[in-house]
Amino acid sequence: MFMKLPPNIDEELKLYFEKNKIAKDKQDAIRAKVLDLYRSTTYDPEEPIGIVAAQSLSEPATQMTMRTYHFAGTAGIQVTLGLPRMLEIFDARKEPRTPTMNVYLKPGFNIDQVKEAAEKIKEVKLKDVVLSTTLDLTDMWIKCKIDMDKVRKLGIDPVKVAKAIKIKNTRSEFEGDTLTVTAKKSDVSNLRKLKYTIMETHLSGIKGITQVVVTKEGDEWMINTLGSNLKKVYAVDGVDPSRTTSNNIFEVLDVLGVEAAREAIVKQAQYTMEEQGLGIDVRYIMLLADLMTLSGGIKAIGRYGISGQKSSVLVRASFEETKKHFTGAAIRGESDPLLGTVENIIMNQVAPIGTGAFDLVGKIPGSDKKPAKKAKKKSK
Amino acid sequence: MAASGTAKEHEQADVYFNGRFITQTKTPASFVDDIRKKRRNGLIPSQMNVAYYPEYKEVRITTEPGRVRRPLVIVENGKHKLTSDIIKKLDKGEINLEYLIEHGIIEYLDAEEEENSYISIDEEHLTSDHTHMEIDPMIIMGTSAVLIPYPEYNRGDRINYGAKMVGQAISIMSTNFPVRMDTKFNVMAYPQAPLVRTNMSGVLDKYPEGHNVVLAIMVHEGYNLNDAVIMNKSSIERGLFRSFYFRTYETIKKRYWGGQEDEIKIPDPGIKGHRGEAAYKNLSEDGIISPEIPVHSDSVLVGKVSPLRFLSAEEFTSDIENKREASVVVRHGEEGLVDDVIISETTNANQLFKVRIRNQRIPELGDKYAARHGQKGVVGLLVPQEDMPFTSNGVVPDVIFNPHAIPSRMTVGHLLEILAGKMGAYYGERPDGSAFNHITEDEIRDRLTKMGFRDDGKEVLYNGKTGEMYEVMIFTGMTYYMKLDHMVADKIHARSRGPVTLLTKQPTEGRAKRGGLRVGEMEQQCLVGHGAVLTLKERFDSDKATIPICKKCGLIGIHDVIKNRVYCPICKNSEIAWVDTGYAFKLTLDELKAMCVYPKVGVEEM
Repeated sequence: MFMKLPPNIDEELKLYFEKNKIAKDKQDAIRAKVLDLYRSTTYDPEEPIGIVAAQSLSEPATQMTMRTYHFAGTAGIQVTLGLPRMLEIFDARKEPRTPTMNVYLKPGFNIDQVKEAAEKIKEVKLKDVVLSTTLDLTDMWIKCKIDMDKVRKLGIDPVKVAKAIKIKNTRSEFEGDTLTVTAKKSDVSNLRKLKYTIMETHLSGIKGITQVVVTKEGDEWMINTLGSNLKKVYAVDGVDPSRTTSNNIFEVLDVLGVEAAREAIVKQAQYTMEEQGLGIDVRYIMLLADLMTLSGGIKAIGRYGISGQKSSVLVRASFEETKKHFTGAAIRGESDPLLGTVENIIMNQVAPIGTGAFDLVGKIPGSDKKPAKKAKKKSK
Repeated sequence: MAASGTAKEHEQADVYFNGRFITQTKTPASFVDDIRKKRRNGLIPSQMNVAYYPEYKEVRITTEPGRVRRPLVIVENGKHKLTSDIIKKLDKGEINLEYLIEHGIIEYLDAEEEENSYISIDEEHLTSDHTHMEIDPMIIMGTSAVLIPYPEYNRGDRINYGAKMVGQAISIMSTNFPVRMDTKFNVMAYPQAPLVRTNMSGVLDKYPEGHNVVLAIMVHEGYNLNDAVIMNKSSIERGLFRSFYFRTYETIKKRYWGGQEDEIKIPDPGIKGHRGEAAYKNLSEDGIISPEIPVHSDSVLVGKVSPLRFLSAEEFTSDIENKREASVVVRHGEEGLVDDVIISETTNANQLFKVRIRNQRIPELGDKYAARHGQKGVVGLLVPQEDMPFTSNGVVPDVIFNPHAIPSRMTVGHLLEILAGKMGAYYGERPDGSAFNHITEDEIRDRLTKMGFRDDGKEVLYNGKTGEMYEVMIFTGMTYYMKLDHMVADKIHARSRGPVTLLTKQPTEGRAKRGGLRVGEMEQQCLVGHGAVLTLKERFDSDKATIPICKKCGLIGIHDVIKNRVYCPICKNSEIAWVDTGYAFKLTLDELKAMCVYPKVGVEEM
C-alpha cells in the first residue's frame, strides 16, 4: 500500500539519525519498523471514514454546551463560541454573528506602534468625536461641538470632517470647534433624522471595525478586532498579511481563495472545539472542510448544501423534503445507480462498503433459479 | 404607608372592585391603609384583599372566590404581633387561629396584596420596613419538601430531586385502599413512619412511604458502584420493602341498536375469536372469575360476547351466530391473583364489571430505591445476612450505600439524618429534623457518645464472609428509605419474534405490544462505521420480502398462487425477476406510484 514514508516523517527520521549518530545498517531496520507503524495507523480500503468522521465530530458536539463564557469588564472581545459558532461554520453562514480579526504586525513593532496601528484600523464615526449637538428648528441647522483633542490625536483634518458629510441639500461648515450643518430644504422631523444620519459619517479607519483591542500573544503584541475587513487591513502599513486572519470564512474565500477558506474552516472548527475542552483529531475536521470546499466555493452541510445536493434521489428524499425530491426526480427522469450506502440500506441490499464491498459470483450446480440483483432504479 | 413606598399621597387613583370600576379616590394610600385597618379590626370581612398600584394609579379590591391566599403574621413598626403571650395562650388552647385573624394578629394575603407587602422570613431579620412576617421559615417548602429532614444542610437541587422522588415512593396512599378500584396503584406492605421526624410528621405519619433501614456507607465487592445499592436478602425475606401492585380491569355490558346486547358468559365454541376451552376454565358459571385465583398474561377475567359490528353478506345469511368474543384479559406482561370482583351499574343503567388483580412485589435486582435527599439508586446485589458485614454489636446493615454518592452531591443532610437516626434508635425516640429548627449536630454527637458510640457515627465492621475486621471504620446509622415506583417487573422486556404492524410488516413498538427493540439511525451508522454491512443487512431483514419485478417495465408483478403463475399486469408475457428487498421499500414504491411517480426498477442478472 504505502511503500514510502511521507516526506515530513522521513525528514524527522533523518534528523533523528544524524542527532543520535545511528549506524547506516540500523537505519534501514528502523525505517522499516516506522513504515510498518505508519501503515497500521492508516485506514483500510473500504473503511467508512465519512461515518467515523461524522461520529467523531458529532459525539463531542452533543457534549458542547450553549454556554459561552462572559468576562464582564475585562479587555477583550466577546466572540460567539461553542455550539452556535459550530453551527455557523458548518451551516456556511455568510456573516458570522461576531466577525473578528486577529491582526499581526510585521516583526519588530513595539507596543506604541501597535497601538498606533490599532487606532488606524478602528472606524471613527462623527458621533465618536462629537461632544454635544444643538438643533435650531427655525433656521434649520445642526451645530455639533467637536472634541478637538480627540480629532487631532486621531490625525483627522478637521476641515475634512465637514467635507465628509455628503448629503443632498445640506451645507456643512467648520469653524473653531463647531461643525454646522444647514439643511436647505427641511422640516422638523427630517432635521432630526438628518442628525442621526450625519452622526454615522465615516471619518477614518476601516469601515465595520467597531472595536480594537491590543493584546499580547507570547512575546508579541497583536490586535483583536470586532468587525472584519481583510482586504482593507492588509493595506494598512505594518500589517503582516501572512499571519493576519479573519473568522469570516466567506471573506477569507473572497480575499485569499478556497485553499485558505478550507484552512480557515479547519482552524475555526478546531479552535471552537478546543475552547470547550473537547479534543478531536484534525483529520476529521479536514475531511469535512475538504467536502465543504470541494466545489471551489463553500457549501453548507445541510438541506441547501451537501446533504441536499447528493446524487442519489433516495438519499436526498430520505434526508429532507421527500416530496420535492421525488417529484423533481420524476420530472427530470433521474436514474439512480445505487452505488451509495444509504440507498442500499433503504432497499435491504448489501451496501458496497466494508464487508459488503466485495462480491462473490458463482453458479450453484443443479440450481436453475438464477439469483437476480437489482441494479437500477429509475424515476420517470 | 410603608407598604407602597412609591405612593404619592396627592395622586388620584381609580378604584376597582372585583375588576369593575366603582369610584376614584384622591388619597389612594390612606384609602388602602384605612381598608386594611378596618379589616384587621374585624369591621370588613377578612377575605377581602386590597392592593394599590401607584404605577397604574389603581386600587384593586378583591373578594372573589378562587384566589390563592396565605397566612402571614402582621408586623407594625418592626414588631410582629405574635407575641410570646399569645403563643403561650395558643399552647394552652385558650385561643385558636380564628381568634388570631379576628384580632388582627394574622391575616391572609392574596397574590395582589402581596405586591404591597414586605415579608420577613423570621423574627431575626425584622426591620421597621417590614409589614409582615412568615409564621415559620419552613413555609418556603411544599408538602413533599417538608418531609426532608435537615434540608438546609443539602444543596438546593438535591431538595428538589428529593421532593420529586418522595412523590414516586410506594406508600399507603389512602387508608381505604382495600375498597378502592383505581386503575393502577401500589401499596407498601409493612410501612414505617420515618424515624427522624419533621414538622409535618404528625399529619403525614398516617401515610408512610418507606422503611427505616440500617445503612452502612461502604463499597462491597463492587456491586454498589455507580449509584447501585446492596440489600440484605434476609431483611427482604422478613418483609422489607415488600409491596403490592393493584390493577383494575373493567367492562360494561352494553346494549346495541336493534335490541342486541353484550352477554357476560363463558363464550360458546365456534364464536369468532374464541380462545379455546382451556382459556375459560378459571371462570365461574356466570362467566366471571373469582377472587384469589392466580392469573397470568392473557388470562380471561370476564367472559364476554358482543354482537358483530359489521356483517358481511355471507355472515348475514348463514346460520353462524353473529357474535364475537370480547372478553377482558390480563395485560401482556402482568400477572397476579384476583383480589376483588365487583358488579355495579353505570349511569346509563348498563351492568359494570370490575376485577382487581393483586401482585406481590418482593424487592429484586434493579428495583429503584431512594433516601429523602435526592439519593437514588437501584439494587445491585442481594446478599444473605450471613455474608453481610456486621458491627461489633452484631448489627447487620439492611442497605450498603456507596460512598462515592456523597462528595459530588454534598447531601450533608442525609449524613445528619443517618446520625440522628442512629441516636434515635438507641434512645428509643424520634429525633426532630425539621427545617431550620431541629436538634443540633452537637446534641446528636453528645448523646451518641453518652450511649458509648463514636460521635462521628463510625463503627468497626467485620467482613461477613471471612470474619476479618475491615481496616477502616465504616459510617453506619439509620435512615429512611423509600421504594420508588420504577420496578423491574414493570419494565423487563425482550423479544426474538412477535407481532408486526400491518402497514410496513415491521415489528411493533413498545413492551405492551410485545414490540421489538429498534436498531435506530445511530445504531445503523455504528454498524456501517465498523464496516459490518452484512450484519446490518441481517438486522434489517425484519420485513424481508421477495417481490416479482417485471424485467421490461420495472414494475412489481403479480404472483398468482392458485394458478402458480407470475406475470406483469402491463406487459403480460414479459420475464419476471425475483428481488430480495424489504416490505417497507415495496411500500415506498407503491406510495410513489400513488403520487404519480413511476419508479422503474432495473434488474440485472448476477
